[in-house]
Amino acid sequence: MLALLKKKSVRDDLWQFGFVSALALLVVIFALTARSNLEAQGLTSGFGFLDRATGWGVNFSLIEFSTSDTYLKVIWVGILNSLFIGAISLVCATFLGTVIGVMRVSGNKIAELVGTTFVEIFRNIPLLLQVYFWYALLTALPKPKEAVSLFDVAFLSGRGIYLPGLNVSGIMVFLSVVLLVLSLSVVLWIKIARRLQRLPQIRKTKLVRGVWLAWVIATLLLFWIGRIPDTTLPNIPYLKGLNYRDGIRVSPELLACIVGISIYGAAYIGEIVRAGFNSLSKGQGEAGHALGLTPWQTFTRIKLPLAIRAVMPTLINQYVWLFKSTTIGIAIGFVDFFMVISTAINQSGQTLELVAILMGGFLIINYSMAWLLNRVNDAIKLKGTQLRV
Amino acid sequence: MAKTYQNPNIIKRLRADYFSNRTDTTLTLIFGACAAWALWNLISWGLLNAVWSAEDRDLCAHGSGGACWAVIDARWRLIMFGLYPYEEQWRSGIACVVMVLIVGLSCVPWFWNAKRISALWLTGFGIFYVLMRGGYFGLTPVFEQNWGGLSLTLFIFATVSLIGMPMAIVFALLRRSELPWISNTMGVIIDTIRSLPLLSIMFTFAIVLPFVLPSWMIGDKLYRVIFGYALFFACYQAEILRGGMQALPAGQEEAAKALGMSYWHRIGYIVLPQAFRNALPPTINQFVITFKETSLVVIIGFFEILASGNAAFGNSEWNFAHVEVYAFVALIYFVFVFALSRYGAYLERRMAVAER
Repeated sequence: MLALLKKKSVRDDLWQFGFVSALALLVVIFALTARSNLEAQGLTSGFGFLDRATGWGVNFSLIEFSTSDTYLKVIWVGILNSLFIGAISLVCATFLGTVIGVMRVSGNKIAELVGTTFVEIFRNIPLLLQVYFWYALLTALPKPKEAVSLFDVAFLSGRGIYLPGLNVSGIMVFLSVVLLVLSLSVVLWIKIARRLQRLPQIRKTKLVRGVWLAWVIATLLLFWIGRIPDTTLPNIPYLKGLNYRDGIRVSPELLACIVGISIYGAAYIGEIVRAGFNSLSKGQGEAGHALGLTPWQTFTRIKLPLAIRAVMPTLINQYVWLFKSTTIGIAIGFVDFFMVISTAINQSGQTLELVAILMGGFLIINYSMAWLLNRVNDAIKLKGTQLRV
Repeated sequence: MAKTYQNPNIIKRLRADYFSNRTDTTLTLIFGACAAWALWNLISWGLLNAVWSAEDRDLCAHGSGGACWAVIDARWRLIMFGLYPYEEQWRSGIACVVMVLIVGLSCVPWFWNAKRISALWLTGFGIFYVLMRGGYFGLTPVFEQNWGGLSLTLFIFATVSLIGMPMAIVFALLRRSELPWISNTMGVIIDTIRSLPLLSIMFTFAIVLPFVLPSWMIGDKLYRVIFGYALFFACYQAEILRGGMQALPAGQEEAAKALGMSYWHRIGYIVLPQAFRNALPPTINQFVITFKETSLVVIIGFFEILASGNAAFGNSEWNFAHVEVYAFVALIYFVFVFALSRYGAYLERRMAVAER
């Protein structure tokens, strides 16, 4: 027996077995304690409560929701809201961050100074504080009656921002956005697909234009079909009584979250973009210059594509990290995934199940986001001989 | 981007930096105008038109057009110390100074070995805890429920670092173990925790843990949240350390093996010191993020500096002064985080020079 222990392979197996079974034991102890605790409190476990009506409402939802809908639906509302706010914030953060990053490598001292100040201020203050700050600013706007008016079509008030909209049913707008994403991917595919590499540039340009035209026509058609009868097409908010009617209301909670996450993210993405540009070898820009390209052409055709490829892996991590920070919505009362779960726990008492759903949801979303972005990265990254610097 | 100067006289330098061509000139004018406008507004709001003294409250309630720093004058004790008893607040103040000193001293290279740094942190943390908690040396006991403001922020930060760092080392070693079951299980655990939001982990530890733990293990809510945060910190830090270990040439460990060193000697004398050196800049970055994200405990219901800031203008007397309070709290965070991140950047540059 002791001789067996002297063999390294046996010892290794024992270590591994011990480690895994210790973890398993921990989980079993947790489960057993949980069961006895729940029994002592007379709580039922299981996911049956998901079919029950909630009895409480949410103040922002992308799909129809009423208090008689089920828990399953309210969770779905939360997930959609989180994805919605995440998508908008990530796009804004990327755009703003790229501008900031480019400013910091532009070679103009004042632009660099402005960019650096932006990054240092917004990166060094906690996101939560920034979101609180924007929320306080937005709710301190004047009452609807004294709202700040922009050209009489958009109004800024403490109850929210009122924007003009279209009298078109929501599902059609959604379909149009789906088509937009679809055409964007088709355009990208035409530009980078290996199968179409031999196609002459002019044909490609024509194809791309065709895709865009198709999208415009399809959108017009969809809007025509989805028109709400007996109304004008543009939907402009107007003051009636104490509040605005019609138009699109962007609540201060939603806007504060989007502004906060976008600016905080932009400060980080700006740094990443700057690092990407700095990692390019000087010869790339000089070669472009020597070939007679204008600075703008050198920037858009040579530096930017290379910089994007260089920063892609870091950017993916940043996106996942930023998406996780959308949970901050609960601090100011924006109904995101986390807040829905938290309210549901208070209301139904099904703590363990709901927390499991929360964790499972985030794992699935984050892993699929990372997976998707990594596929994009694999598709665009430099390969083989392209790597010469 | 760096420019080379053939003749470094001031006018030529100005021209090269700001007006080298038409685009450059336009940019300078546009951004210069924006920056000047923003700066002027900031100065006139924050300094020229500001109200400074708490006695002048009515002046800023009716809008002087400037900042109302009077609220800070009136409420700074609440913001800094939270609900800590008024007569004992000097203790909370000294405790903060002690904690800042520890962090400052940790940046001195003389402390950079396992024994010195642990001695520094354990003594410093001990002093901090005794000062805050009391009960010894004739100090009146003040329990954790009454802690608040900056000292609670620093306490959470320090405890998370203190528990999280050893945990991170263990996690990193398990993660790079040669035994597949151990390293893979650890990998799954680390990746799972890293892909969850910190807030959900804190929430789980605050709300769910009482269900699954036997009653004698539950402990105070504050310590449960801190433990959850430390676990989160450890998972991130473990990956950073693993990166530092992977950057080591394989020869280092092989040479140590050839000299007959045991596993613990190899790790303690060869691998970890070099891994920490490689991983120093991202480690400091991790500390910076950890410090900023202590603010999330507000949502779980603790009274740290952001929450006490919210309370400072949360009554009818000062309810118009939220911008000033947020600016003050932001400044406190900024000073800590900016100093730490500048130090990280300085280390990175210094190490880059050493590599050459």
